[in-house]
Amino acid sequence: MTEKLITEKKLFACGHTACAGCGQSLGARLVLEAAGPNTIVTNATGCLEVFSTRYPESSWGVPWLHSLFENSAAIASGVESALKHLGKIDTIRVISQGGDGGTADIGLQALSGMMERGHDILYVCYDNEAYMNTGIQRSGLTPFDTNTTTSPAGKISSGNPLPKKNMVEICAAHRIPYAASSSVGFPLDVQSKVKKALSIRGPKYLHLHVPCPLGWRHPSNLTINIAKLAVETALFPMVEYEYGKLVSSRKLVTIKPVEEYLKPQGRFAHLFKDEKGKQEIAKIQQIANQNIEYYNLKATK
Amino acid sequence: MKEFIEGSYAIAKIIKLCKPGVISAYPITPQTHIVEGLAQIVADGELKSEFINVESEHSAASVVLGASAAGVRAYTATSSQGLLLMTEVLFNIAGMRLPLVLTCANRAISAPINIWNDHQDSVTVRDSGWIQLYAETVQEACDLHIQAYKITEDHNIQLPVMICIDGYLLTHCGEVVDMPSQGEVDKFLSPFSPLYKLDVANPITMGVLGDPDCYMETRYAIQETMKDVLKLIPKVAGDFEKAFGRLSGGLVEKYKTDDAEKILVAKGSLVGTLKDVVDDLRTKGVKIGVLKVVSHRPFPEDAIFDALKKAKYVGIVEKSISLGAYGPLYTDIKALFQGKKESPCINGFVIGLGGRDVTKESVKEIIDQISEFGPTNKFIGLKL
Repeated sequence: MTEKLITEKKLFACGHTACAGCGQSLGARLVLEAAGPNTIVTNATGCLEVFSTRYPESSWGVPWLHSLFENSAAIASGVESALKHLGKIDTIRVISQGGDGGTADIGLQALSGMMERGHDILYVCYDNEAYMNTGIQRSGLTPFDTNTTTSPAGKISSGNPLPKKNMVEICAAHRIPYAASSSVGFPLDVQSKVKKALSIRGPKYLHLHVPCPLGWRHPSNLTINIAKLAVETALFPMVEYEYGKLVSSRKLVTIKPVEEYLKPQGRFAHLFKDEKGKQEIAKIQQIANQNIEYYNLKATK
Repeated sequence: MKEFIEGSYAIAKIIKLCKPGVISAYPITPQTHIVEGLAQIVADGELKSEFINVESEHSAASVVLGASAAGVRAYTATSSQGLLLMTEVLFNIAGMRLPLVLTCANRAISAPINIWNDHQDSVTVRDSGWIQLYAETVQEACDLHIQAYKITEDHNIQLPVMICIDGYLLTHCGEVVDMPSQGEVDKFLSPFSPLYKLDVANPITMGVLGDPDCYMETRYAIQETMKDVLKLIPKVAGDFEKAFGRLSGGLVEKYKTDDAEKILVAKGSLVGTLKDVVDDLRTKGVKIGVLKVVSHRPFPEDAIFDALKKAKYVGIVEKSISLGAYGPLYTDIKALFQGKKESPCINGFVIGLGGRDVTKESVKEIIDQISEFGPTNKFIGLKL
């Protein structure tokens, strides 16, 4: 591996107030370094916005605009339309971004509108699988059986009773030119997908899996390992769709059991206490098995 | 050039002359004809603008926010529920000090759902940091839009402007309008040159987190700027008069108030009806006048004080109510006379909610009730 991941010119500077081991801050840096300086970024309200722009400081070396929680895709649509009007849309890229809540819950309507209207924008969802900024509440992208502050495990509950919404397929269903998923556990994959997306005109969607040591309750030095395990257990498939069709998925030579991913995370600790937990883990294994089959994840020799 | 035209299409034509590069809207009655008119103008190639059909008013406001941040003049229009859905974005636009113009075709608020006119929508967002100007006629509505871009884009102001036009009563009213030429508007309104914008050559961060160390100063800054707006509005109206040959807008308009013992105060098209009644009564020797409030935000305290201080009685006639309290204009005007030596007896009336007709008779009913111990929030024309 000779490619240098981080260039000298800092488009997303350190010194911000993210937690140690924050997957989202790493993801944002990878995305921006791949996009380069001719980029305008719009951001939803959330951790990334809060930890990177506390007045009078800012981590952003590119023009950056934050408005509200649910309208990142809509303000990006306005920026892109303005660039079109000014005749600058061919030289400047627009990236709109948000967390899982800002994307899949409160911001889904604005995102759908952006894709439907065909704006030349890359939307990036940094998915840390709960509302981390407000204190680890459940979102539409929180996985099944996760212990969050609003879907707590308890005497009669195994945590979040609902499945994770499939955002990549929702976006692909808009028949946009490119919709993909990636993970900060695979930095080169992130950057190559950002570059590929930005080489395509029209709406693009990139779903990034970004562990959150605070909310997932794992040691901060395990962020990359845990991100990798999500992919290697087939709980987070890395896939690409073009115009609504699945065109590639990251194949797995050895598929690890889901316990390896769940065990190091405090948000799943309740599943490792009793017989009921074992049954729940079996259900989670079932989700991974379905992914293996649906996305054809098994490597063939 | 004078032409007979529906209010909405007149506004669409005026917006065309102001050349916004991005227009975004979501349909809601009675705003629709304005944006339909603009869509046709863009479709016919008469205006080079990106017309963005969005999936909600929240996104319409967000699109124009983004366009203004990127340095392009933008426009949106809405009504009623649409304005309320935009509310969060409206506060945000003002807080970010982004120049924008929005037309509010004033309509009642649900429930019960009602598509007819009153002022509850725009009055409800009066605390958002937007400048709010109310038009009496279609001509004034047209003129105020041109002035609005001049005000909002002034580098010392950088606050958005909402032009409030009575739904149906003005939006769907045919009127002879003196439509300016493109050359006249170009001469009056320079191209948009924002103080700051999203620019890859000079990257800035917009929409930052303001902690308790700085947030309060941002609100104070808007409050202080509103004082400058109070000075700028009459200046822009004066410049407009020089350029276009007619007086439109300003902070307030005094109509037969100089010797008046009773003065009625109102906003929007209602003022026309009040003027009619005043004319009738003047022929009978009644000393009565009307004060039209054009600018509700900023609130032109001094101009209103000067106009009302010598009157014995004042009747505030409003198409909105802060439920559980008073009409908002009544409260504002009562507050400005607090502690003043000269102070008329101020009565408050609520009229015309949800499109209930405001007749000359109902205005006379108001005038009859104005007294030293008159009402504070009397509903007029109730069918009980």
